[in-house]
Amino acid sequence: MTKIFTRYGDGTPAELSSAELMQDLEAGTKDAADRGKIPPLSKEELKHLFDIFASSCKFVSVDRGNEVILSYDAATLKIRRVGVAVDRIQALQIYEKIMGADTMELCHVDYSFKPLKPIVTMEQPVLEQALLSTHIPLFYGAMPNLGLYSQPDGPFPNPAELMPAGKIREAQESYAQTVSEAVRDIVFVAGAMYESGADGINIDTVGAAGDADFLAALLATQELKKRYPDICIEMGMAGEFVIGMHGELTYDGVRLAGLYPHDQLKLAQKAGVTIFGPVVNTNTTESSPWNVARATTFIKAAGKIAAIPMHPNMGMGVGGVPVNDHPPADIVSRASKAMVEICRLDGL
Amino acid sequence: MAITHAHASGMGGMRAAGDLVARLQMTRGMKIAEAKKYVADKLKISIADLSDPVAMTEVRQDLQLGTMSPQPKDARGIEAKIRIAEALGVGINCVKRFKARAGLLF
Repeated sequence: MTKIFTRYGDGTPAELSSAELMQDLEAGTKDAADRGKIPPLSKEELKHLFDIFASSCKFVSVDRGNEVILSYDAATLKIRRVGVAVDRIQALQIYEKIMGADTMELCHVDYSFKPLKPIVTMEQPVLEQALLSTHIPLFYGAMPNLGLYSQPDGPFPNPAELMPAGKIREAQESYAQTVSEAVRDIVFVAGAMYESGADGINIDTVGAAGDADFLAALLATQELKKRYPDICIEMGMAGEFVIGMHGELTYDGVRLAGLYPHDQLKLAQKAGVTIFGPVVNTNTTESSPWNVARATTFIKAAGKIAAIPMHPNMGMGVGGVPVNDHPPADIVSRASKAMVEICRLDGL
Repeated sequence: MAITHAHASGMGGMRAAGDLVARLQMTRGMKIAEAKKYVADKLKISIADLSDPVAMTEVRQDLQLGTMSPQPKDARGIEAKIRIAEALGVGINCVKRFKARAGLLF
Protein backbone atom coordinates (compact mmCIF):
# COMPACT_ATOMS: atom_id res chain seq x y z
CA MET A 1 0.00 0.00 0.00
CA THR A 2 1.33 3.48 -0.91
CA LYS A 3 2.39 5.52 2.05
CA ILE A 4 1.67 9.25 2.23
CA PHE A 5 4.56 11.51 3.15
CA THR A 6 3.86 13.96 5.94
CA ARG A 7 5.52 15.24 9.13
CA TYR A 8 5.11 15.49 12.87
CA GLY A 9 4.46 18.80 14.60
CA ASP A 10 8.20 19.34 15.06
CA GLY A 11 8.83 18.89 11.33
CA THR A 12 10.20 15.33 11.57
CA PRO A 13 9.27 13.35 8.42
CA ALA A 14 6.61 10.64 8.78
CA GLU A 15 4.61 8.29 6.59
CA LEU A 16 0.93 7.44 6.98
CA SER A 17 -1.41 5.04 5.23
CA SER A 18 -4.68 6.46 3.87
CA ALA A 19 -6.55 5.04 6.85
CA GLU A 20 -4.05 6.50 9.31
CA LEU A 21 -4.25 9.91 7.63
CA MET A 22 -8.04 10.00 7.98
CA GLN A 23 -7.79 8.77 11.59
CA ASP A 24 -5.41 11.62 12.43
CA LEU A 25 -7.67 14.19 10.78
CA GLU A 26 -10.67 12.91 12.71
CA ALA A 27 -8.75 12.84 15.99
CA GLY A 28 -7.45 16.39 15.46
CA THR A 29 -10.86 17.90 14.81
CA LYS A 30 -12.35 15.95 17.74
CA ASP A 31 -9.70 17.31 20.10
CA ALA A 32 -10.53 20.91 19.13
CA ALA A 33 -14.27 20.29 19.27
CA ASP A 34 -14.03 18.76 22.74
CA ARG A 35 -11.78 21.49 24.16
CA GLY A 36 -13.55 24.44 22.57
CA LYS A 37 -17.08 23.02 22.77
CA ILE A 38 -17.45 23.78 19.07
CA PRO A 39 -18.59 21.71 16.07
CA PRO A 40 -16.03 19.35 14.49
CA LEU A 41 -15.24 19.58 10.80
CA SER A 42 -17.82 18.00 8.48
CA LYS A 43 -17.14 14.87 6.43
CA GLU A 44 -16.74 17.03 3.31
CA GLU A 45 -14.19 19.26 5.06
CA LEU A 46 -12.27 16.25 6.32
CA LYS A 47 -12.27 14.86 2.77
CA HIS A 48 -10.91 18.18 1.51
CA LEU A 49 -8.14 18.06 4.12
CA PHE A 50 -7.47 14.42 3.18
CA ASP A 51 -7.00 15.42 -0.47
CA ILE A 52 -4.65 18.25 0.50
CA PHE A 53 -2.44 15.95 2.58
CA ALA A 54 -2.66 12.98 0.20
CA SER A 55 -1.34 15.05 -2.70
CA SER A 56 2.09 13.91 -3.82
CA CYS A 57 3.01 17.47 -4.73
CA LYS A 58 5.80 19.00 -2.71
CA PHE A 59 3.97 22.34 -2.70
CA VAL A 60 0.25 23.10 -2.89
CA SER A 61 -1.69 26.35 -3.11
CA VAL A 62 -5.22 27.72 -2.82
CA ASP A 63 -7.41 27.50 -5.89
CA ARG A 64 -7.31 30.53 -8.18
CA GLY A 65 -9.59 33.22 -6.75
CA ASN A 66 -9.19 32.12 -3.12
CA GLU A 67 -6.14 34.31 -2.43
CA VAL A 68 -6.14 36.31 0.82
CA ILE A 69 -4.27 39.19 2.44
CA LEU A 70 -1.07 38.49 4.33
CA SER A 71 0.00 40.52 7.35
CA TYR A 72 3.34 40.00 9.11
CA ASP A 73 4.10 40.42 12.79
CA ALA A 74 7.56 41.62 13.87
CA ALA A 75 8.65 41.78 10.25
CA THR A 76 11.75 43.95 10.52
CA LEU A 77 12.86 42.05 13.61
CA LYS A 78 12.83 38.76 11.72
CA ILE A 79 15.12 40.08 9.00
CA ARG A 80 17.69 40.96 11.67
CA ARG A 81 17.13 37.66 13.49
CA VAL A 82 18.28 35.65 10.49
CA GLY A 83 21.43 37.72 10.30
CA VAL A 84 20.68 39.84 7.25
CA ALA A 85 22.54 43.04 8.03
CA VAL A 86 20.19 45.66 6.64
CA ASP A 87 18.54 48.72 8.11
CA ARG A 88 14.86 48.48 9.03
CA ILE A 89 13.70 50.57 6.08
CA GLN A 90 15.65 48.27 3.77
CA ALA A 91 14.03 45.31 5.54
CA LEU A 92 10.61 46.78 4.76
CA GLN A 93 11.60 47.22 1.12
CA ILE A 94 12.61 43.55 1.06
CA TYR A 95 9.17 42.54 2.32
CA GLU A 96 7.47 44.85 -0.18
CA LYS A 97 9.51 44.24 -3.31
CA ILE A 98 10.96 40.75 -2.84
CA MET A 99 8.65 38.77 -0.58
CA GLY A 100 5.31 39.74 -2.12
CA ALA A 101 3.91 41.06 1.17
CA ASP A 102 0.45 42.64 1.12
CA THR A 103 1.13 44.60 4.32
CA MET A 104 4.20 44.93 6.50
CA GLU A 105 5.23 45.94 9.98
CA LEU A 106 7.94 48.17 11.42
CA CYS A 107 9.10 47.13 14.86
CA HIS A 108 11.97 47.42 17.32
CA VAL A 109 14.11 44.46 18.40
CA ASP A 110 12.88 45.06 21.96
CA TYR A 111 9.36 44.14 20.86
CA SER A 112 7.31 45.39 23.83
CA PHE A 113 5.43 48.66 24.34
CA LYS A 114 7.04 49.44 27.71
CA PRO A 115 10.68 49.78 26.52
CA LEU A 116 9.48 51.71 23.46
CA LYS A 117 7.97 54.49 25.51
CA PRO A 118 11.25 56.33 26.26
CA ILE A 119 12.55 55.89 22.70
CA VAL A 120 9.36 56.54 20.76
CA THR A 121 10.74 59.81 19.37
CA MET A 122 13.54 57.74 17.81
CA GLU A 123 11.02 55.34 16.31
CA GLN A 124 8.75 57.99 14.79
CA PRO A 125 11.29 59.40 12.28
CA VAL A 126 12.12 55.89 11.05
CA LEU A 127 8.43 55.24 10.42
CA GLU A 128 7.94 58.64 8.79
CA GLN A 129 10.90 58.07 6.48
CA ALA A 130 9.76 54.54 5.62
CA LEU A 131 6.30 55.82 4.72
CA LEU A 132 7.77 58.22 2.16
CA SER A 133 9.48 55.48 0.16
CA THR A 134 7.19 52.45 0.49
CA HIS A 135 3.80 51.68 -1.04
CA ILE A 136 1.99 48.93 0.84
CA PRO A 137 0.20 49.44 4.20
CA LEU A 138 2.64 49.74 7.09
CA PHE A 139 1.83 48.68 10.65
CA TYR A 140 3.84 49.51 13.75
CA GLY A 141 3.80 46.65 16.21
CA ALA A 142 4.82 45.50 19.67
CA MET A 143 3.63 43.31 22.55
CA PRO A 144 1.80 44.31 25.76
CA ASN A 145 4.18 41.93 27.60
CA LEU A 146 2.91 42.43 31.13
CA GLY A 147 5.80 40.38 32.45
CA LEU A 148 7.88 43.56 32.27
CA TYR A 149 5.74 45.31 34.89
CA SER A 150 6.60 43.07 37.85
CA GLN A 151 9.82 43.01 39.87
CA PRO A 152 12.71 42.94 39.10
CA ASP A 153 11.82 44.49 35.70
CA GLY A 154 8.93 46.64 36.90
CA PRO A 155 7.40 48.31 39.94
CA PHE A 156 4.93 45.67 41.13
CA PRO A 157 5.52 42.61 43.35
CA ASN A 158 6.18 39.51 41.26
CA PRO A 159 3.07 37.28 41.16
CA ALA A 160 5.22 34.30 40.21
CA GLU A 161 6.91 34.64 43.62
CA LEU A 162 3.74 35.48 45.54
CA MET A 163 1.72 32.51 44.23
CA PRO A 164 4.09 29.75 45.45
CA ALA A 165 4.17 31.51 48.82
CA GLY A 166 0.40 31.09 49.04
CA LYS A 167 -0.25 34.83 48.66
CA ILE A 168 -2.95 34.40 46.04
CA ARG A 169 -4.87 37.61 46.73
CA GLU A 170 -1.64 39.65 46.73
CA ALA A 171 -0.60 38.06 43.42
CA GLN A 172 -3.99 38.90 41.89
CA GLU A 173 -3.74 42.51 43.10
CA SER A 174 -0.30 42.80 41.55
CA TYR A 175 -1.54 41.45 38.20
CA ALA A 176 -4.47 43.84 38.24
CA GLN A 177 -2.19 46.82 38.93
CA THR A 178 -0.02 46.06 35.92
CA VAL A 179 -2.99 46.46 33.57
CA SER A 180 -3.45 50.23 33.88
CA GLU A 181 0.31 50.82 33.50
CA ALA A 182 0.45 48.69 30.37
CA VAL A 183 -2.60 50.38 28.87
CA ARG A 184 -0.96 53.76 29.40
CA ASP A 185 2.23 52.63 27.65
CA ILE A 186 0.40 50.99 24.72
CA VAL A 187 -1.79 54.04 24.14
CA PHE A 188 1.20 56.39 24.40
CA VAL A 189 3.38 54.50 21.90
CA ALA A 190 0.58 53.50 19.52
CA GLY A 191 -0.82 57.03 19.53
CA ALA A 192 2.57 58.52 18.73
CA MET A 193 3.16 56.09 15.84
CA TYR A 194 -0.34 56.65 14.47
CA GLU A 195 0.18 60.41 14.59
CA SER A 196 3.39 59.85 12.63
CA GLY A 197 1.39 58.20 9.87
CA ALA A 198 1.27 54.44 10.57
CA ASP A 199 -1.47 52.71 8.58
CA GLY A 200 -2.20 50.48 11.53
CA ILE A 201 -1.05 49.33 14.95
CA ASN A 202 -0.39 45.66 15.63
CA ILE A 203 -0.88 44.74 19.27
CA ASP A 204 0.89 41.43 19.05
CA THR A 205 1.38 38.27 21.11
CA VAL A 206 -1.56 39.27 23.27
CA GLY A 207 -2.16 37.11 26.32
CA ALA A 208 1.46 35.96 26.57
CA ALA A 209 1.39 36.90 30.26
CA GLY A 210 -2.14 35.62 30.80
CA ASP A 211 -5.54 37.18 31.29
CA ALA A 212 -4.20 40.54 32.54
CA ASP A 213 -2.20 40.81 29.31
CA PHE A 214 -5.36 40.24 27.22
CA LEU A 215 -7.31 42.74 29.33
CA ALA A 216 -4.62 45.41 28.82
CA ALA A 217 -4.78 44.91 25.05
CA LEU A 218 -8.58 45.16 25.00
CA LEU A 219 -8.64 48.31 27.15
CA ALA A 220 -5.84 49.92 25.13
CA THR A 221 -7.74 49.17 21.91
CA GLN A 222 -10.87 50.73 23.35
CA GLU A 223 -8.99 53.88 24.36
CA LEU A 224 -7.15 54.16 21.03
CA LYS A 225 -10.41 53.86 19.07
CA LYS A 226 -11.90 56.57 21.27
CA ARG A 227 -8.98 58.92 20.59
CA TYR A 228 -8.52 58.00 16.94
CA PRO A 229 -11.79 56.65 15.48
CA ASP A 230 -10.18 55.79 12.11
CA ILE A 231 -7.22 53.87 13.54
CA CYS A 232 -6.71 50.30 12.33
CA ILE A 233 -5.78 47.91 15.12
CA GLU A 234 -4.74 44.35 14.49
CA MET A 235 -4.72 42.12 17.56
CA GLY A 236 -2.56 39.02 17.31
CA MET A 237 -2.87 36.46 20.06
CA ALA A 238 -0.06 34.56 21.81
CA GLY A 239 -1.79 31.22 22.27
CA GLU A 240 -5.04 29.40 21.65
CA PHE A 241 -6.17 29.64 25.28
CA VAL A 242 -6.08 32.65 27.62
CA ILE A 243 -4.17 31.48 30.65
CA GLY A 244 -5.79 32.47 33.94
CA MET A 245 -2.73 33.84 35.69
CA HIS A 246 -5.10 36.09 37.66
CA GLY A 247 -8.17 33.98 37.07
CA GLU A 248 -10.95 36.43 37.80
CA LEU A 249 -10.35 39.35 35.44
CA THR A 250 -13.27 40.27 33.20
CA TYR A 251 -13.97 42.47 30.18
CA ASP A 252 -17.55 43.51 29.49
CA GLY A 253 -18.66 41.03 32.14
CA VAL A 254 -16.89 38.07 30.54
CA ARG A 255 -14.18 36.21 32.45
CA LEU A 256 -11.04 36.17 30.32
CA ALA A 257 -9.34 33.07 31.72
CA GLY A 258 -9.93 30.02 29.58
CA LEU A 259 -11.27 31.70 26.45
CA TYR A 260 -10.64 29.97 23.13
CA PRO A 261 -10.39 31.86 19.77
CA HIS A 262 -14.15 32.08 19.03
CA ASP A 263 -14.77 33.72 22.42
CA GLN A 264 -11.63 35.90 22.26
CA LEU A 265 -12.91 37.22 18.92
CA LYS A 266 -16.21 38.42 20.43
CA LEU A 267 -14.37 40.57 22.98
CA ALA A 268 -11.87 41.86 20.41
CA GLN A 269 -14.79 42.99 18.24
CA LYS A 270 -16.44 44.75 21.20
CA ALA A 271 -13.21 46.56 22.02
CA GLY A 272 -12.93 47.90 18.46
CA VAL A 273 -10.26 45.66 16.93
CA THR A 274 -10.13 45.98 13.12
CA ILE A 275 -8.36 42.70 12.27
CA PHE A 276 -8.19 39.74 14.65
CA GLY A 277 -5.34 37.24 14.60
CA PRO A 278 -6.21 34.09 16.55
CA VAL A 279 -3.71 31.37 17.39
CA VAL A 280 -3.88 27.60 17.62
CA ASN A 281 -0.75 25.98 19.00
CA THR A 282 1.02 23.11 17.24
CA ASN A 283 1.49 19.84 19.14
CA THR A 284 4.98 18.51 18.30
CA THR A 285 4.17 14.87 19.08
CA GLU A 286 1.15 14.64 16.80
CA SER A 287 1.19 14.56 13.00
CA SER A 288 0.74 17.64 10.80
CA PRO A 289 -2.66 16.38 9.54
CA TRP A 290 -3.79 16.07 13.18
CA ASN A 291 -2.53 19.59 13.92
CA VAL A 292 -4.04 21.18 10.81
CA ALA A 293 -7.42 19.51 11.39
CA ARG A 294 -7.36 20.74 14.97
CA ALA A 295 -6.31 24.29 14.03
CA THR A 296 -8.89 24.64 11.26
CA THR A 297 -11.65 23.45 13.59
CA PHE A 298 -10.89 26.22 16.08
CA ILE A 299 -10.44 28.93 13.45
CA LYS A 300 -13.52 27.91 11.49
CA ALA A 301 -15.65 28.36 14.62
CA ALA A 302 -14.25 31.87 15.06
CA GLY A 303 -14.50 32.73 11.37
CA LYS A 304 -18.15 31.74 11.28
CA ILE A 305 -19.11 34.51 13.72
CA ALA A 306 -16.50 37.12 12.76
CA ALA A 307 -17.88 40.47 11.65
CA ILE A 308 -14.32 41.78 11.21
CA PRO A 309 -11.50 40.45 9.01
CA MET A 310 -9.54 37.57 10.54
CA HIS A 311 -5.85 36.85 9.92
CA PRO A 312 -5.00 33.69 11.94
CA ASN A 313 -1.36 33.31 12.95
CA MET A 314 0.42 30.85 10.67
CA GLY A 315 4.01 31.30 11.75
CA MET A 316 6.38 28.78 13.25
CA GLY A 317 4.57 26.60 15.82
CA VAL A 318 1.02 27.82 15.25
CA GLY A 319 -1.85 27.14 12.86
CA GLY A 320 -0.55 23.66 12.07
CA VAL A 321 2.86 24.97 11.01
CA PRO A 322 5.65 22.81 12.50
CA VAL A 323 7.68 23.96 15.49
CA ASN A 324 10.96 24.34 13.68
CA ASP A 325 13.18 27.29 12.80
CA HIS A 326 12.89 26.26 9.18
CA PRO A 327 9.30 25.15 8.62
CA PRO A 328 9.20 22.94 5.49
CA ALA A 329 7.27 24.31 2.51
CA ASP A 330 5.42 21.00 2.02
CA ILE A 331 3.55 21.33 5.30
CA VAL A 332 3.40 25.15 5.46
CA SER A 333 1.77 25.28 2.03
CA ARG A 334 -0.72 22.54 3.04
CA ALA A 335 -1.56 24.34 6.28
CA SER A 336 -1.89 27.62 4.37
CA LYS A 337 -4.29 26.17 1.78
CA ALA A 338 -6.28 24.25 4.38
CA MET A 339 -6.71 27.24 6.66
CA VAL A 340 -7.86 29.55 3.87
CA GLU A 341 -10.20 27.10 2.14
CA ILE A 342 -11.76 25.40 5.17
CA CYS A 343 -12.19 28.54 7.25
CA ARG A 344 -13.07 31.04 4.49
CA LEU A 345 -10.61 33.55 5.84
CA ASP A 346 -9.75 37.16 5.04
CA GLY A 347 -6.03 36.78 5.52
CA LEU A 348 -3.17 35.11 7.36
CA MET B 1 7.98 30.68 5.53
CA ALA B 2 6.62 34.12 4.67
CA ILE B 3 7.41 33.43 1.03
CA THR B 4 5.72 30.02 1.26
CA HIS B 5 2.48 31.64 2.44
CA ALA B 6 2.82 34.37 -0.21
CA HIS B 7 2.98 31.71 -2.93
CA ALA B 8 0.38 29.38 -1.41
CA SER B 9 -2.31 31.88 -0.42
CA GLY B 10 -1.23 35.50 -0.91
CA MET B 11 -2.54 38.11 -3.31
CA GLY B 12 0.97 39.04 -4.37
CA GLY B 13 1.31 42.39 -2.66
CA MET B 14 2.11 45.20 -5.06
CA ARG B 15 3.02 42.68 -7.76
CA ALA B 16 -0.77 42.53 -8.06
CA ALA B 17 -3.41 44.23 -5.89
CA GLY B 18 -2.78 42.74 -2.44
CA ASP B 19 -1.86 46.08 -0.90
CA LEU B 20 -4.95 47.75 -2.36
CA VAL B 21 -7.35 45.10 -1.04
CA ALA B 22 -5.56 45.22 2.32
CA ARG B 23 -6.30 48.95 2.58
CA LEU B 24 -10.05 48.23 2.46
CA GLN B 25 -9.73 45.69 5.26
CA MET B 26 -7.75 48.19 7.30
CA THR B 27 -9.72 51.38 6.67
CA ARG B 28 -13.26 50.02 6.22
CA GLY B 29 -13.07 46.69 8.07
CA MET B 30 -14.25 44.88 4.94
CA LYS B 31 -14.13 41.11 4.71
CA ILE B 32 -12.10 39.70 1.84
CA ALA B 33 -14.88 39.20 -0.74
CA GLU B 34 -16.31 42.67 -0.20
CA ALA B 35 -12.86 44.26 -0.26
CA LYS B 36 -11.92 42.53 -3.53
CA LYS B 37 -15.17 43.58 -5.18
CA TYR B 38 -14.75 47.17 -4.01
CA VAL B 39 -11.23 47.44 -5.44
CA ALA B 40 -12.16 45.68 -8.69
CA ASP B 41 -15.14 48.02 -9.18
CA LYS B 42 -13.07 51.12 -8.45
CA LEU B 43 -10.32 50.07 -10.87
CA LYS B 44 -12.87 48.80 -13.43
CA ILE B 45 -11.26 45.36 -13.67
CA SER B 46 -12.36 41.80 -12.85
CA ILE B 47 -11.82 40.22 -9.44
CA ALA B 48 -9.57 37.62 -11.08
CA ASP B 49 -7.29 40.42 -12.32
CA LEU B 50 -6.59 41.48 -8.73
CA SER B 51 -4.25 38.53 -8.17
CA ASP B 52 -2.74 38.59 -11.67
CA PRO B 53 0.64 40.34 -11.74
CA VAL B 54 0.58 40.84 -15.51
CA ALA B 55 -2.84 42.48 -15.56
CA MET B 56 -2.17 44.50 -12.43
CA THR B 57 1.21 45.79 -13.59
CA GLU B 58 -0.57 47.40 -16.54
CA VAL B 59 -3.30 48.82 -14.32
CA ARG B 60 -0.82 50.12 -11.78
CA GLN B 61 1.34 51.59 -14.52
CA ASP B 62 -1.64 53.32 -16.16
CA LEU B 63 -2.96 54.75 -12.90
CA GLN B 64 0.51 55.38 -11.42
CA LEU B 65 -0.23 53.35 -8.29
CA GLY B 66 3.36 52.20 -7.86
CA THR B 67 4.94 49.15 -9.52
CA MET B 68 7.59 46.60 -8.62
CA SER B 69 9.90 47.92 -11.32
CA PRO B 70 9.19 51.65 -11.60
CA GLN B 71 10.32 53.37 -14.77
CA PRO B 72 11.90 56.84 -14.83
CA LYS B 73 9.32 59.53 -13.97
CA ASP B 74 6.87 56.97 -12.51
CA ALA B 75 5.09 57.79 -9.26
CA ARG B 76 6.63 55.96 -6.34
CA GLY B 77 6.41 55.94 -2.57
CA ILE B 78 4.24 58.72 -1.19
CA GLU B 79 3.53 59.98 -4.73
CA ALA B 80 1.91 56.65 -5.60
CA LYS B 81 0.04 56.50 -2.29
CA ILE B 82 -1.59 59.86 -3.01
CA ARG B 83 -2.89 58.33 -6.25
CA ILE B 84 -3.97 55.11 -4.45
CA ALA B 85 -6.02 57.16 -1.97
CA GLU B 86 -7.73 58.98 -4.85
CA ALA B 87 -8.27 55.86 -6.99
CA LEU B 88 -9.80 53.86 -4.15
CA GLY B 89 -11.55 56.73 -2.39
CA VAL B 90 -9.99 55.81 0.95
CA GLY B 91 -8.15 57.84 3.53
CA ILE B 92 -4.48 56.95 3.90
CA ASN B 93 -3.07 58.19 7.19
CA CYS B 94 0.41 59.10 5.96
CA VAL B 95 -0.97 60.81 2.85
CA LYS B 96 -3.16 63.09 4.97
CA ARG B 97 -0.20 63.92 7.19
CA PHE B 98 2.14 64.42 4.22
CA LYS B 99 -0.26 66.93 2.68
CA ALA B 100 -0.67 68.74 5.99
CA ARG B 101 3.07 68.94 6.64
CA ALA B 102 3.84 69.99 3.09
CA GLY B 103 1.17 72.70 3.21
CA LEU B 104 -0.62 71.22 0.21
CA LEU B 105 -4.27 72.06 -0.13
CA PHE B 106 -5.41 69.45 -2.68
